[in-house]
Amino acid sequence: MMSPAVRRKAASAALIVGVFVFWEVACLAFGISSLVLPRPTEVVAALVKYAPGIWPHAAQTLYTTLTGFAFGVAIGLSLGVLIGSSRLAYDTAYPLLVGISSIPKVAVVPIFVLWFGAGTVPAILTAMIICIFPIVVNVATGIATVEPELEDVMKSMKATRLDILWNVGLPRAMPYFFASLKVSVTLAFVGSVVAETVASNRGVGNMMMIASSSFNVPLVFAGLFVLAALGVSLYVAFSVVERRVVGWAMRKNEAT
Amino acid sequence: MMRDASLASPKTEPLIRFDRVSVTYGTGAEATEALTPTSLAVTEGDFVALVGPSGCGKSTLLKLAAELLKPSGGDIFFGGREIGAKPMRVGMAFQSSTLLPWMTIRDNVMLPLKIVPPFRKHWRAKRSGEFRERADALLAQVGLIGFAEKFPWQLSGGMQQRANLCRALIHDPDLLLLDEPFGALDQFTREELWGTLQELWMDRTVTVLLVTHDLREAAYLANRICVMSARPGRILEDRAVPFARPRTIDMTFEPGFAAVIQRLRGLIVHSREGA
Repeated sequence: MMSPAVRRKAASAALIVGVFVFWEVACLAFGISSLVLPRPTEVVAALVKYAPGIWPHAAQTLYTTLTGFAFGVAIGLSLGVLIGSSRLAYDTAYPLLVGISSIPKVAVVPIFVLWFGAGTVPAILTAMIICIFPIVVNVATGIATVEPELEDVMKSMKATRLDILWNVGLPRAMPYFFASLKVSVTLAFVGSVVAETVASNRGVGNMMMIASSSFNVPLVFAGLFVLAALGVSLYVAFSVVERRVVGWAMRKNEAT
Repeated sequence: MMRDASLASPKTEPLIRFDRVSVTYGTGAEATEALTPTSLAVTEGDFVALVGPSGCGKSTLLKLAAELLKPSGGDIFFGGREIGAKPMRVGMAFQSSTLLPWMTIRDNVMLPLKIVPPFRKHWRAKRSGEFRERADALLAQVGLIGFAEKFPWQLSGGMQQRANLCRALIHDPDLLLLDEPFGALDQFTREELWGTLQELWMDRTVTVLLVTHDLREAAYLANRICVMSARPGRILEDRAVPFARPRTIDMTFEPGFAAVIQRLRGLIVHSREGA
């Protein structure tokens, strides 16, 4: 007999495989041209065939994404701490941030290109600005929602604002922070690929542009697969770190 | 050592004294008076319970004592001088234990030593030595020593409140302020914790201000009970509780004890009707 946990995992794996099988069978049954929708087997074949060519593009995208993401985390975390701990900063910076994040990121790529030229820098910057907002909001929320009783306990000890931030606010914001990291890292991919598509001669986004202009649709889909795989692996990586660092916040999974 | 309320000398300057202190929230037409000018003096080492209908300003008095709130009128004195002039150590505990879920019970209990002077100066040097032993000794006294490495959420509500009491006492506060600390616990756990708190108090010279809704709790624990009126609050009656220490749960069922509670209850019911 399989244990319930194993059975659950097996069921979800089977379902995922099932989706691909359905895709394959449907394409064959309805005679869909690979110019419209290539079959998964064709995509995998393209992946294998063009692997040496795809690899540098994937590395470039991973590089711009992670660099942009790192900057985004640094800026987002500091802004979040500032906004979460100061009323004035909250009132001024919050509307500004909402405004900036409402701008479609595709629209800012040309500005970055104007400033820094096409290539790596706009991709990094686009990845950065796209992932700042969720981090700021989550960190600020975590810090600003310290229970009033706990704050009273701390203040009755004559704790300074820095004491409270360091001992209570920041640790308390960590689960929110990690939740936002998982969202942000996938968003960072969107940012850098968008920038690469518009203005770059390297990266998966650029590769897909070129492939589609030469009607190499399986290669376009191979690009999508690569992006999806990169996104999933980074998401998983942060989930693992999250469980290590803020496992206390997920205690319901390991009930005593 | 055992202490008795009747032995407390009335001549010495009280540890904390409220002199016609009033509190008003808001301004203008929206101003709400939370506390009408109230005077209360608490001797060092005393145990005073504040009882009264909800919203009568009991918690406001605690916040004033902890300097979390400034009085709108009147003065508060600590050790004979304006509050804030002399260093004062305060321990506080609320109905929710507010233990930090990312720290073990021991680390939670040690938190004030990291914050409160003069301990904070020595935090780095003593955190794994003297301070740790201090926390463990306190945890042992409340029967939690086996749980020092556990996290708060792994403990029952009663145990969490025991740890909460330890955190409020670890830095040897002059003043222990308790705001309905046992309000969320079941009757049996609550009675157990009364015993624990009584023992902790009898062991040291901490002065306690306890806010509670539970009249039995007030009469079991306190030397003095102050009954407050409905909002805006003032102290209606201030009476000594004469029973010997250490008190037991059985004592709370004796006629003398019941009479005290009945009288308190009458006062509060009357004040509610008047409001």
